[in-house]
Amino acid sequence: MAYVIEMLDISKAFPGVRANDRVTLQVEQGSIHALLGENGAGKSTLMSILFGLYLPDSGSIKVRGKDVRITNPNIANGLGIGMVHQHFTLVHNFTVTENIILGLEPRSGLVIDRKRAAKRVREISELYGLKVDPDAKIEDISVGMQQRVEILKMLYRDAEILIFDEPTAVLTPQEIRELMGIMRRLVKEGKTILLITHKLREIKEAADFCTVLRRGRLIGTVPVAETSEQQMAEMMVGREVNFHVGKGPVKPGAVLLQVEHLNVRNAKGLLGAKDISLEVRAGEILGICGIDGNGQTELIRAITGLTGIESGRILLKGEDIAGLGIKERTELGIGHIPEDRHKHGLILDFRLDENFVVHSYDREPFSKMGVLNFGNIRANAERLIKEFDVRCGQGGVTSVRSMSGGNQQKAIVAREIDRSPEVLVVAQPTRGLDVGAIEYIHKRIIAERDKGKAILLISLELDEILDMSDRIAVLYGGEIVGVVNAAETDENELGLMMAGAARKVS
Amino acid sequence: MAKSRSALVVPSIAILLGFALGAAVLLATGRSPIDMFYAMLQSVSGKNLRADTFNPRYIGEFIVQSMPIMLTGLSVGFAFRTGLFNIGAEGQLMVGSIAAVAVGLWVQAPPVIHVLLVLLAAMLAGGLWGAIPGFLKARFNVHEVVVTIMLNYVALYLNNWAIVSIFKSVDRIKTEVIPATALLKSSALAALTNGSRLNWGFVPVLLSILVYWFLIEKTTFGYSLRAVGFNKDGALYAGMKVNRSIVSSMIIAGVFAGLAGAVITVGTFSFGRALPAAEGYGFDGIAVALVGGNAAIGVFLSGLLFGMLKAAQPLMQSQGIPKDIASIIQASIVLFIAMKYGIEYLMKKIRMRKPPVAVEEVES
Repeated sequence: MAYVIEMLDISKAFPGVRANDRVTLQVEQGSIHALLGENGAGKSTLMSILFGLYLPDSGSIKVRGKDVRITNPNIANGLGIGMVHQHFTLVHNFTVTENIILGLEPRSGLVIDRKRAAKRVREISELYGLKVDPDAKIEDISVGMQQRVEILKMLYRDAEILIFDEPTAVLTPQEIRELMGIMRRLVKEGKTILLITHKLREIKEAADFCTVLRRGRLIGTVPVAETSEQQMAEMMVGREVNFHVGKGPVKPGAVLLQVEHLNVRNAKGLLGAKDISLEVRAGEILGICGIDGNGQTELIRAITGLTGIESGRILLKGEDIAGLGIKERTELGIGHIPEDRHKHGLILDFRLDENFVVHSYDREPFSKMGVLNFGNIRANAERLIKEFDVRCGQGGVTSVRSMSGGNQQKAIVAREIDRSPEVLVVAQPTRGLDVGAIEYIHKRIIAERDKGKAILLISLELDEILDMSDRIAVLYGGEIVGVVNAAETDENELGLMMAGAARKVS
Repeated sequence: MAKSRSALVVPSIAILLGFALGAAVLLATGRSPIDMFYAMLQSVSGKNLRADTFNPRYIGEFIVQSMPIMLTGLSVGFAFRTGLFNIGAEGQLMVGSIAAVAVGLWVQAPPVIHVLLVLLAAMLAGGLWGAIPGFLKARFNVHEVVVTIMLNYVALYLNNWAIVSIFKSVDRIKTEVIPATALLKSSALAALTNGSRLNWGFVPVLLSILVYWFLIEKTTFGYSLRAVGFNKDGALYAGMKVNRSIVSSMIIAGVFAGLAGAVITVGTFSFGRALPAAEGYGFDGIAVALVGGNAAIGVFLSGLLFGMLKAAQPLMQSQGIPKDIASIIQASIVLFIAMKYGIEYLMKKIRMRKPPVAVEEVES
């Protein structure tokens, strides 16, 4: 079978880093080809080269057998290469059709021919089974639907080769299944798909071939049907990987965190969390699952003090902390690994050592009478870097902005765990991280549970919730619609509750 | 570290480009840029290379010009480190000046103590003036740029009203002369520099630079201000009092600017003055802070640079070079600083064109 894309011997160096080192990627026409690698393995660089965002230092690219030089994204579009980005680029108060035709508006005279555009959108949508309503506004449709709009945008522009960048990160299990179906349908109609991901299960489920990169080098391309997940993971990390967190039986102790009839308003002033009651005991992990935007953020913010509450009580070891400030809560024993590590978790322009003391800079040994003790701050950083294996170029004085996402997250985890809070609120601890870092962070969180800390884990990744939690609470529409034991449930049951189709409150 | 190197290289390039542009304008109008550089050299060193004469008065005036803009530079820089844009240094300076006149004229005290009281009052007044936009920002989220700009006008007319109605200026232009006990004037310094206006004002200025450095870089207070400046949400998450930081930062910014008002009024001059318009110390401060990268030592150096540009103007004019060239240079330096990313990009391009050096293996 003919290769539709051949990237041969591609090398690309950035100052100090060889992002791609003689990488070859050959993609068969009409296949789903996965590109697998840890963060920083060179996947994005390779795709950016294909999409015309970077020029390779050496190597050649052939599209449909012809040598091409892709110097900017317009040339890539002209060659029929389209990209569905991880972060959608949609105008929220425009309709689906308006978003799709943006920049390519069909006209009749001076005005946009909306009818013709909508008709074409509907045709494409039906051809590939996308089921998108061309007249819906983006702000009214789900994230999964928005992603389909992005796909439609590519198809409307006659893309033949579609690059999907981590497409499932924001989807529910059901939506992921549907997306897999759509991808297969696209391939059946003759499209070619390049799937960038680090989720092995999705590759196993959807892809035909898988190319693995590690530290900028090509490790190999394998037919997915003949390769196990374990083998692919080992190719990716270069060592054996444990998928399932080794976790002893749960030994729950006293209730450390208790939430009673909690109501919280969201940014729009509506009740984002409604009448939530839950408790977390010492030595257990309570997982909170739900589709993004169903009250998780409000719950986290209320417990940690980032926003005030409407009504209800939040009890830490029996004491109501709902009226206290963030600092007081921190000092009483609440730790928080925030869902947005760039917005809340880190001061990106601070050095690593300064970031390690954001809660404790005003206390000995890090300062005395208001004067910082940089010797102790530095020593603290070196200790945490070593203990938590945070990889950073220059030790404590590394600018956090320059560190990889995985190591930034490790730094936050190190800081929060090192403070040894009795209640740890952990939100999306492994979003966007690679297998190695995920494994490590999971291990550290479990270790805290085993030490008798109460852990509230909020995650959009169902696998993570199922793997880590002892009990699971499901949020839907701001309410808890189910609390189940992790050992007695499965993805299907949770998925149904997450979609609001079932309830199970024990 | 690459970061600190670019913090030095970019301003240096911007300054060179600014001078180059000024020289180009001169060339284009048929005048010699050499004359301009001689004038600048003379304003800094006192030495006239053409006539081979030396007059230390120029050095004194150069320092006098640098002092207030260093302080307003610190004012703008301090607010900026907390993520606030203090356009109001001008107003804070004028309010400081009013307070200095009041304490100078109305309070009687022994020599050194009287001056200290004057400086203290000016700092206090500037701080209060800075607290207003800080409070409005923290409490009602009113943008500090709008408030400080408007307060500049309030301060200007307050000053002019006070000169006439409170301090009973006879000629409606200036107050009576402030008693010597309240002045920073020094006959020794003046004599040393051939009768320039040089005064003890440089002592509080240098102290302010030290205090700025210590507060920002070494204290927990500075740490929390910088955290708020870089990432408000991150600071909030860490339990810092973001709103309190905003108010205190604006107060301290106002203190620096208020001090500048005293240094001008009881140092450069010896009386309060009614002003037809703002004198531009606040805006010079923005330029000084910008070029100095909001760092203490940077503000010191760029304060000297802009002080030189101001001090050189009369000399340039006496050589037949329009003094506006100095303003053109000052403006274009600021412009080139604002093009930081462009300069960094060009530097990268130039570096890339060199033959590629062996790239180290990536180790992690």
